[in-house]
Amino acid sequence: MTNLTPQSEAELADLVRASSGPLRIMGGGTRPIGDVANAQVLSTAALSGITLYEPGALTLVAKAGTPLDEIDAALRAENQMLAFEPYDLTGVTGAKGASTIGGVVATNASGARRVQAGAARDFLLGVRFVDGEGQVLKNGGRVMKNVTGYDLVKLMAGSWGTLGVLSEVSLKVLPMPEHVMTVAVTGLSDEDAVAAMSAALGSPFDVTGAVHAPACIEEEPFTMVRVEGFEGSVQYRAEKLKELLGRYGDVTTSENAEGWKAMREMVAFSQPVRGSGGALWQLSLKPSDASPVMAEISDRFDVLYSYDWGGGRVWVWAGEEVDHSALHGALQDSATRVGGHATLIHSASAFEGPKFQLQSPVLSRLSQALRAKFDPRGILNPGLMGA
Amino acid sequence: MQMPTPSNSILSRKGHIVARLQSVLPEGAVVHDPVQTRAYECDALTAYKCPPLCAVLPASTEEVSAIMRICFEEGVPVVPRGAGTSLAGGALPTEDSVILGVARLTDVLETSYDDRIIRVQSGRTNLSVTGAVEEDGFFYAPDPSSQLACAIAGNIAMNSGGAHCLKYGVTTNNLLGVTMVMADGEVVEIGGGYMDAAGLDLLGLICGSEGQLGIVTEATLRILPKPEGARPVLIGFDTNEVAGHCVSDIIKSGILPVAIEFMDRPCIRATEAFAGAGYPDCEALLIIEVEGSDAEIDDQLARIVEIAKAHDPVEVRESKSAEESAKIWLGRKSAFGAMGQINDYMCLDGTIPVSELPRVLKRIGEMSKDYGLDVGNVFHAGDGNMHPLILFDANKPGDLEKCEAFGADILSLCVEVGGCLTGEHGVGVEKRDLMTKQYRPEDLEIQMAVKDVFDPKWLLNPAKVFPLEASKGRRG
Repeated sequence: MTNLTPQSEAELADLVRASSGPLRIMGGGTRPIGDVANAQVLSTAALSGITLYEPGALTLVAKAGTPLDEIDAALRAENQMLAFEPYDLTGVTGAKGASTIGGVVATNASGARRVQAGAARDFLLGVRFVDGEGQVLKNGGRVMKNVTGYDLVKLMAGSWGTLGVLSEVSLKVLPMPEHVMTVAVTGLSDEDAVAAMSAALGSPFDVTGAVHAPACIEEEPFTMVRVEGFEGSVQYRAEKLKELLGRYGDVTTSENAEGWKAMREMVAFSQPVRGSGGALWQLSLKPSDASPVMAEISDRFDVLYSYDWGGGRVWVWAGEEVDHSALHGALQDSATRVGGHATLIHSASAFEGPKFQLQSPVLSRLSQALRAKFDPRGILNPGLMGA
Repeated sequence: MQMPTPSNSILSRKGHIVARLQSVLPEGAVVHDPVQTRAYECDALTAYKCPPLCAVLPASTEEVSAIMRICFEEGVPVVPRGAGTSLAGGALPTEDSVILGVARLTDVLETSYDDRIIRVQSGRTNLSVTGAVEEDGFFYAPDPSSQLACAIAGNIAMNSGGAHCLKYGVTTNNLLGVTMVMADGEVVEIGGGYMDAAGLDLLGLICGSEGQLGIVTEATLRILPKPEGARPVLIGFDTNEVAGHCVSDIIKSGILPVAIEFMDRPCIRATEAFAGAGYPDCEALLIIEVEGSDAEIDDQLARIVEIAKAHDPVEVRESKSAEESAKIWLGRKSAFGAMGQINDYMCLDGTIPVSELPRVLKRIGEMSKDYGLDVGNVFHAGDGNMHPLILFDANKPGDLEKCEAFGADILSLCVEVGGCLTGEHGVGVEKRDLMTKQYRPEDLEIQMAVKDVFDPKWLLNPAKVFPLEASKGRRG
């Protein structure tokens, strides 16, 4: 079946209205959503371009299919950035496409700076989208504070195209930091690493990232925290953090930011390093629960993992020799027990999409009922997010 | 302002409803004496008043659930009430409604500094959340100016902001989980101590839904380590336009102040007469606060002053001490009180793109002349959240109506330039009928469809947020 590639929002609305589904909504095709029988791909690729960019108001509005690279370049020219650092899955999935802003927003893809600045959903100011009936709807706007009516903006972020097809998004952007420094501790156990990251994140030194690469992925485990801003201030805070973290192990400071890029691109789990056939989960927990949960999981399964968000997120990777379905169950059970959740983000099978953890019957019921309001015919990404 | 006609069937069953509520609550938790229910007849939008059928003051999630089950069965509307500080009439009762006040739900349930979270009951005041953790060097960031009194429940309902949200975000950016009682009494947990949603972001939807989707009884909030210090600089300008440009330049420069506050001449004069903070008599004044160590603050303030100097300021006053900081903030913090000394006022809350500040301020000045009502502007300039204060005389016939028409014109202007009706106060009853300025019928319809999912009988906080005409078919 040929892909549907509407050239305008109006055409997008017409196509959805005329379709009897199922539709698989695609941005750049870099964040896999799995396949279903008889589905037609609806691509937002032709809805592309920055509609408005006001650096002095820290606002950018772009059509959903705008490549992330184009947005990054426009922002870079004004010394600004998307502060939530969307992670790049292409190394892990082997996908060839170019990530789009619509896909980033729809999957609420956020990186290391989430601990300090927030997630994609926190930077999303407004949306235009086409619902399952082919109706163009909007919510929010392009101002930073807006409590006018219900916040469907947050709801659309991370809804994975199940409530509507995004056509345009407006985002808050932030100035690019003048200077970046990394404070690293080597050789820590998972438990000590999370404790060190908590100490850093609980300090007044405005840490903008805290990650840990444990012994399973690095011969010499290392823990990194990041400080950003004006040079003098960054140096001051890096020194303070060096002192603070000294009690955990050997600390170094550096101006090298490559480690953060590698985290964002998830190099440790990428196909060039690990081969294809692996699957990737995101585990969302309270930081203090992270290392006990991972100790338990790695006892039972041969997994590779790394800690982000000070331990609040754990990326878990398993090769094809591991029983993915058993691991999936174990991750969700552990998450449930401590209060958290696990999501399968990428699987080696093209047919298998992400699997989310529905935390209670009433939440499932509410989610299903909302979906039925936005997409009464159930044609948008059926099968995703538990429906 | 119009409110729906109260249901005679409910009014005539008052005794029965009160008795059922009393049967599930401890003595004294049901307020039904007509003299006592007057305490709940309005919130901080005092222009509108209506005593409720009765008020209930539960002390646990279980009690809230029992109340909701009864009201659902009886078909009685429920108006949730935090501390009653809403400026938008968010807690205004109807005659046939039960006020559900969370004032007795004030406990801290859990604090974890390692995870940087606190779990509290929702009736706890905003400031006392910080109070519970500040000795250990932490704070809760959203800081609405009513923070001494306002409850977390109300903050969540209205997605409250405050002066410092330029850096730290508003309630929705600092809320990780809630325990919520649904319209039929069912209890649901959404989110928790972790950082993102497991499925659809229902937490983001609940926050700012003005108590129309459920009653939040507990909340997990993000707490942050206190910065080493903070100090402001005060900068005066000859014109609003130049001050607006200066704000833009500061934001672009890469400095991220925690607050950029703006006051115009009418407001400066009023606060000077009231508080004597020693502000310069100029057209526009900015108060910009930055955080960090002493050296970091000095560096950032120097950068700000350098940017400001390119705009020819009439006054620059950099704080060097806690005492000087307090003096700079004194006028700003007493601005609302000062305006209240002059006359009754209505406080608006429209938000505009920062780039539109000069144009909008100029237009408000012109409208002020046309309406013959004075207006002072004091607001969060960094994020374009305006607070025009329109002065009127409540005792003068026709003045309130004139003021409301003026306010509506200002808010229409905010929407016209790409902004919105309300940045942090909420729609409530106050801006309900203006919603059609910002949203097309289908955009309102999808929001109402969301309410259908959570509150199929439309019993929760009736006659708020949506124009009565739009919600007519859904309300009982």
